[in-house]
Amino acid sequence: MVSAAMTAEGTRSMSEAGDSLAIETSGLVKSFGGTRAVDGIDLTVPAGTVYGVLGPNGAGKTTTVRMLATLLRPDGGQARVFGHDVVREADAVRSRVSLTGQYASVDEDLTGMENLVLLSRLLGYRKPAARERAVTLLEAFGLTEAADRQVKNYSGGMRRRLDIAASILNTPDLLFLDEPTTGLDPRSRNQVWDIVRAVVAHGTTVLLTTQYLEEADRLAERIAVIDRGKVIAEGTPGELKSSVGAGSVHVRLRDRWQREQARQVLARVLGTEVQLDADPVALTARIMDGDSRDRASAQASRALAELDEAGITVDDFSLGQPSLDEVFLALTGHPAEERDENEQEVAE
Amino acid sequence: MTATTTAPDRDPTAETISAVLSREVRPPRPGALSASLAFGWRAMLKIKHVPSQLFDITAFPIMITLMFTYLFGGALAGSTREYLQFLLPGIMVMSVVMTSMYTGMSVNIDISKGVFDRFRTLPIWRPAPMVGYILGDMFRYTAGALVILAVGLILGFRPDGGALGVLAGIALLVAFSFALSWLWTMLGLLVRTERSVMGISMLVLFPATFLSNILVDPKTMPGWLQVFVDLNLIAHLVAAVRGLMSGDAVVDELLWTAVCGGVLIAVFGTLTMRLYNRK
Repeated sequence: MVSAAMTAEGTRSMSEAGDSLAIETSGLVKSFGGTRAVDGIDLTVPAGTVYGVLGPNGAGKTTTVRMLATLLRPDGGQARVFGHDVVREADAVRSRVSLTGQYASVDEDLTGMENLVLLSRLLGYRKPAARERAVTLLEAFGLTEAADRQVKNYSGGMRRRLDIAASILNTPDLLFLDEPTTGLDPRSRNQVWDIVRAVVAHGTTVLLTTQYLEEADRLAERIAVIDRGKVIAEGTPGELKSSVGAGSVHVRLRDRWQREQARQVLARVLGTEVQLDADPVALTARIMDGDSRDRASAQASRALAELDEAGITVDDFSLGQPSLDEVFLALTGHPAEERDENEQEVAE
Repeated sequence: MTATTTAPDRDPTAETISAVLSREVRPPRPGALSASLAFGWRAMLKIKHVPSQLFDITAFPIMITLMFTYLFGGALAGSTREYLQFLLPGIMVMSVVMTSMYTGMSVNIDISKGVFDRFRTLPIWRPAPMVGYILGDMFRYTAGALVILAVGLILGFRPDGGALGVLAGIALLVAFSFALSWLWTMLGLLVRTERSVMGISMLVLFPATFLSNILVDPKTMPGWLQVFVDLNLIAHLVAAVRGLMSGDAVVDELLWTAVCGGVLIAVFGTLTMRLYNRK
């Protein structure tokens, strides 16, 4: 991970790039009014990895990221980024991180080109070099044609790409991506994923917050699940899913009187409890065993074959990844909630 | 420039992205001046993209100059031409000082969008974004003052201070507006919406500009009002600018204005930066 070690001022030195921990927090707390948005979070993020922070709206993800990016002052606890305290050594932290926030952190009135030239200059590039850097980045992010259009006329995916281009302009050592794919169409989402993979392959550490288990699963080496400002589970995607299940099989039958029979077949093949849905022809079974997608699908197809053999007519059969809701249900016994409800509970 | 190549855009891929990730030395961080100038450049770009902003510094000043000259000229000074010699420096101050509140509004608008977050995570001189706003606004102040001067000259404004006196007056006005802008940046950071920034600014600026020596000689006012005018910063600024332009500068007024400007920067500049760091 040590690339181009330099010793001049403002460059990455050997010892900096060699830090083994990108982020280390202990007992991090932030309150807004009477609500503890972040309530004692401990995180350890090794350098050079993608680390996922998974949680519903209002869980405290953004607040945590903002504290780590030196935008918010913690009320309690400690946070270090590459060994630098985020409050006392904020400037040292700022020179090594960049942030792509949940809301576009580019200037809508300016063109894509102007945005990147401005940032290049603020990062110390001289005028001709700044322009050159902007041109290169726009090209790499597929934005050359839109370079001279105002950002307010960009699509959501283009805006997000420009935002990430701005964040990696200086190739930071740590990149915060706060819900980078929320609200994007599948194609733009895949582009963002490719970008994340390229960035981390280069040696940059990425802290990614998301509401989607699938996204964390695909990108992150480790995941922290947070809820109501606390870390409720932490581990590799495999560890997390084995505690939750690799996926769920959803079945709809043609005839409701076959449901009991179908339940028995599924229970036998999948070896898990089968849940009878409110819909009288539907059943859901969680696939527990299997930390890889392949095994889950193998089990599912076996289940389908056996249902067929037993003469049960199946109208609809699907295998889905566990949703965030299911993860939460498994980990906390309650579904993922929106902030409003959270606050009500706090108020009670 | 490679920007003009006609090859159609391709979706970003792992290859294109890793090709642009720099393996080179990061450039040294920019100094305070170049960071502030970069933000000043941004403010100019905003004027370029939203030219309707310039309406405030052209149409509004022309309108109030014409209005007040012809409305009050005959009644207050016997002739509009006579009145203009008195009014013009004051109306210049009024319209430029009024424009200064846009600084607070642009700060406030930026905060409500995400772009501020990015600026605040950059390793640059902390006040640079604020100084940048104000640099951009100084362009507007100067442009506004020149527009009024042009209108005045057309209508018959003939200052005894000559070109040098007029330029000195404009320079003092722009410098004072720079100082006053820090009050608005603080307000922009403090208040929640753009509307309330405007509301509060008006609440300060209306009495400060009207209850002054801009439109009439304060000697005709009741005693208690004269006390207010005496304490009014804007009135001292107007007296100083008027003095410079008419060629009989009053040292007291110049000193007053300079000291007030310094105090404004020291107090509101500090408060602005404190809020900016805490936000």
